[in-house]
Amino acid sequence: MESETIAAIATPLGNAGIGIIRVSGGDAVRIVDQVFINGKNKHILKNMKSHTIHYGFIIDEDKNVIDEVMVSYMKAPNSFTAEDTVEINCHGGILVMNRILELVIKNGARLATPGEFTKRAFLNGRIDLTKAEAVMDIISSKNKAALKNSISQLQGSVYEKIKSLRDEIIYEIAFIESALDDPEHISLDGYSEKLMDKITFLCKDVSTLLSRSENGRIIKEGINVVIIGKPNVGKSSLLNRLLGQDKAIVTDIAGTTRDIIEEDIRLDEINLHIIDTAGIRPTEDIIEKIGVSKSIEYASLADLIVYVMDSSIPLDENDMKIIEMIKDKKCIILFNKSDLETQFSIEDLKDIIGQNTVVIKTSTKENIGIKEFLDQIKEMFFKGDIISDDEMIITNIRHKEAFLETYDSLTKIIDSLNMGLPEDFYSIDLLNAYNSLGRIIGEQIEDDLVNEIFSKFCMGK
Amino acid sequence: MREVNLTEKVDVCVVGAGHAGCEAALACARLGLETIIFTVSIDSVALMPCNPNIGGSSKGHLVRELDALGGEMGKNIDKTFIQSKMLNVSKGPAVHSLRAQADKAQYSRSMRKVLENQEHLTLKQAEVCELLWENIDGKTSKKIKGLKTFTGTVYECKAVILCTGTYLKARCLCGESITYTGPNGLQAANYLTDSLLSMGVEMRRFKTGTPARMDGRSIDYSKMEEQFGDEVIIPFSFSTNPDDVQIDQVSCYLTYTNETTHEIIRNNLDRSPIYAGIIEGTGPRYCPSIEDKVVKFADKERHQVFIEPEGIHTNEMYVGGMSSSLPEDVQLAMYRTVPGLENCKIVRNAYAIEYDCIDARQLYPTLRFKDILGLYSGGQFNGSSGYEEAAAQGLIAGINAAMWILGKEELILDRSEAYIGVLIDDLVTKDNFEPYRMMTSRAEYRLLLRQDNADLRLREKGYYVGLISKVQYDEVKKKKEMIKEEIFRLKNTKIGASKINQEFLLRNGSASLKTGTNLAELLCRPELNYENIKEIDPDRKTLPENVICQVEIEIKYEGYIERQMRQVKQFKKMEQKLIPEEIDYDDVPSLRLEARQKLKLFHPLSVGQASRISGVSPADISVLLVYLEQYKFKHGGN
Repeated sequence: MESETIAAIATPLGNAGIGIIRVSGGDAVRIVDQVFINGKNKHILKNMKSHTIHYGFIIDEDKNVIDEVMVSYMKAPNSFTAEDTVEINCHGGILVMNRILELVIKNGARLATPGEFTKRAFLNGRIDLTKAEAVMDIISSKNKAALKNSISQLQGSVYEKIKSLRDEIIYEIAFIESALDDPEHISLDGYSEKLMDKITFLCKDVSTLLSRSENGRIIKEGINVVIIGKPNVGKSSLLNRLLGQDKAIVTDIAGTTRDIIEEDIRLDEINLHIIDTAGIRPTEDIIEKIGVSKSIEYASLADLIVYVMDSSIPLDENDMKIIEMIKDKKCIILFNKSDLETQFSIEDLKDIIGQNTVVIKTSTKENIGIKEFLDQIKEMFFKGDIISDDEMIITNIRHKEAFLETYDSLTKIIDSLNMGLPEDFYSIDLLNAYNSLGRIIGEQIEDDLVNEIFSKFCMGK
Repeated sequence: MREVNLTEKVDVCVVGAGHAGCEAALACARLGLETIIFTVSIDSVALMPCNPNIGGSSKGHLVRELDALGGEMGKNIDKTFIQSKMLNVSKGPAVHSLRAQADKAQYSRSMRKVLENQEHLTLKQAEVCELLWENIDGKTSKKIKGLKTFTGTVYECKAVILCTGTYLKARCLCGESITYTGPNGLQAANYLTDSLLSMGVEMRRFKTGTPARMDGRSIDYSKMEEQFGDEVIIPFSFSTNPDDVQIDQVSCYLTYTNETTHEIIRNNLDRSPIYAGIIEGTGPRYCPSIEDKVVKFADKERHQVFIEPEGIHTNEMYVGGMSSSLPEDVQLAMYRTVPGLENCKIVRNAYAIEYDCIDARQLYPTLRFKDILGLYSGGQFNGSSGYEEAAAQGLIAGINAAMWILGKEELILDRSEAYIGVLIDDLVTKDNFEPYRMMTSRAEYRLLLRQDNADLRLREKGYYVGLISKVQYDEVKKKKEMIKEEIFRLKNTKIGASKINQEFLLRNGSASLKTGTNLAELLCRPELNYENIKEIDPDRKTLPENVICQVEIEIKYEGYIERQMRQVKQFKKMEQKLIPEEIDYDDVPSLRLEARQKLKLFHPLSVGQASRISGVSPADISVLLVYLEQYKFKHGGN
């Protein structure tokens, strides 16, 4: 039986009222006990009986309550994995589940690898041997998906940053190691001061990445929201309202947004990737034509379409075209410029497009209806109307865990430097930092180090 | 080849009497097996054709481990060294490493004497040309029956250990001049490769090189920095009495190349066989020729050159750092630009050597060929480089051949037990494109694998194999006990915040105590050591120096050591999951194609070893684990 305790979110994210975080392994009870208190503020899990369920709260390091939960305990071997298993039944919000999972990890669990619960269940004899092939399939397919996600969801700039950090770290390891292997050719005199500067610098970079990952910014995640509509209906001013700044150019002349403007906005725990398109209407202007065909393309890829219409002018054939285009998509219609005199009613619109369509009365100019609009997006997301990828969120936790480990290793080097330990001790933690960063970009160590030593430093007889 | 009607019977044949061959033969003979060792020249037993020293970073570890297991190299260098130095003493205890300059001729003579006087061992000058073998019960597996020498004599035996070094189809290059000889102009072995190929062994070609030797009288040492040995010499062997090695030492000298040297090399690169493409073998990056250094590190203004004596009874000096395969005229011109070498006379030219060897992934970690019973190999033949790497493999190959013949348990050291384990695991598992050299960075658990505790780690194994005596083993047991007791005592000796204690700390630049503590806690402070806390530890017993050393290291680095022990525990789990030999990887569903091919080709012994094969991912390992579980159930057993 493997001794490491693992944890993961066991239910699909985003669309359920209840979520389960499963913790399995010898330390499961001890770990969850540290983050769980009952109604009387007591840590009680240590003494709980197998197959019982307890009401209480998950708390963080500062004793803030994260969620109201039910915790159940199944003692080995009478659980799915045949190990001690604790399950935290919490509210299904992504933010909450993430927080709880992070706390569990911080207290000593390791994030489960894809298919790991199933693997353990199998290895511990809980799953029929005839199902072995299915288990192997699960492991390899989940692994493929996770790997793809882990790399493809990283923003290009972050990927480059991690690579360059790794390059800097392995250079230092190679330098130390070549000096250890060939002390007569390569000297480490005065190296400690240099390394201290370097590590301090690296620490800063990693903590920036860490804080970005805490905001969920390092992943190209989020829901693709595409704003479409005819020219001059208020698409750009909607975006500006959302951004709270004048980034998109807003004018009264039809057709000023010729290029596509993309922005990321964080809405509580949801990331919106908003694309403001050119106005859609037949046009002769070549540049605008490109913008328009792009708009149509983006709309076809959107998770959610926001169709902005000008209620102060009557519907025309362009509106009909757009309505045709968005008919089968998830969309929200903004009944904009509602502060002006309207030329048609919401009911008229629903008659054309369908009664279940969400239509919100707004005025981007007067800031009317924006809050309702945002609430509507959240609701649709949590009801599962808009699909987001589970793996994506898990990926972010993985990244964060890896950044934390990197930071931790770098701090240990600073400690070693301060304590005046010899150089060979630094390379232990440098290598750990290098490996942690490697996990994020899916790169293995293999012979990196030996190659670096020989390519950068001249050694030998 | 002639046919003579002469057949002899022995237990083990060892082919080659270099550093690997000597250890292999001694191990077998000492374990009571009739052993014969072949060499092309009896005068070249344990020859050191390259650098005149034993040990050095991580290589020193290998020698210590070898000694702990009952090998000969450590004892032999203790008898024949002329200078000794502990390297890296300013660094952590894990990377301290012993290196001794050898009197090459003495080293060889002394080893020959050991071989000649070893019971059950015969030395024989002959070139081995052919291995004799048979198929086992119509299977593809083979079994060794014996071997045949150039004169046609047949030696029937149970096991053959190949330690052919750089002699197989050897070719030496010095500029445009090429000779078909082994090192130092010795006869090459030109037939054995074909015999191996006919057995289905796959061969490859590697290359290495050595610098020139100078006439010491032509060197002006006054222009160089003199390099002395250590004042107090620590012997390599745990069995050598330290008092016996405090000798008068000779010096080495340090000088540097300069821009003129580099200019000459650059202007003549087209005459270097490597750059002209004449050499096909792969050379080692860690011991680059001076041409390589100048080309690859073009921005370095100078390179170090170490002038080291080859022995006491010769004027020959080794020019460390300037190995080359440039033609003689260029060599002389380039050497003469180096301060102190302006009037140098070359005794032996630098040269490069090419030779046949194998990809060691054809071997089990026991160093036996995977599908040939009774055939073992060690040393440069396995694609390694260096005297120490060779000796370590020779010993393991010898032990395992003997264990197999005697029907005893084979000896496999894993990566957490010894540098020897790392060396062999790397050789038989990983893709090596050049002669493999040991490096401390290759050992994951180096804090545990120190040169100072090799006896504590390995004497017991040597005892069970039968190369370490009961007396030696008991000594180690006693030492372990003393270390344990002293650590316990230090951890339980309370130190109060008394005036005497505070005053002691103040005097030693250490922070004063706020509450009581114990001696072990104090020992963790960088500025304090076992020697200086004596003052506040009046009850201590007198302990041997090597016990104190262990106590101090284990207390000072306890946190790090514990961390590595935890890693080792995880590591061991996967090493202990064995893969049945008859497993068919085509039956394992969901393995990626690359992983399937690699696993089929190399047949790892354990899941741990499988995980280190390049091209096998963690997901493949998970899949394999699940399959093995199912397999175990279906086939019973464990």
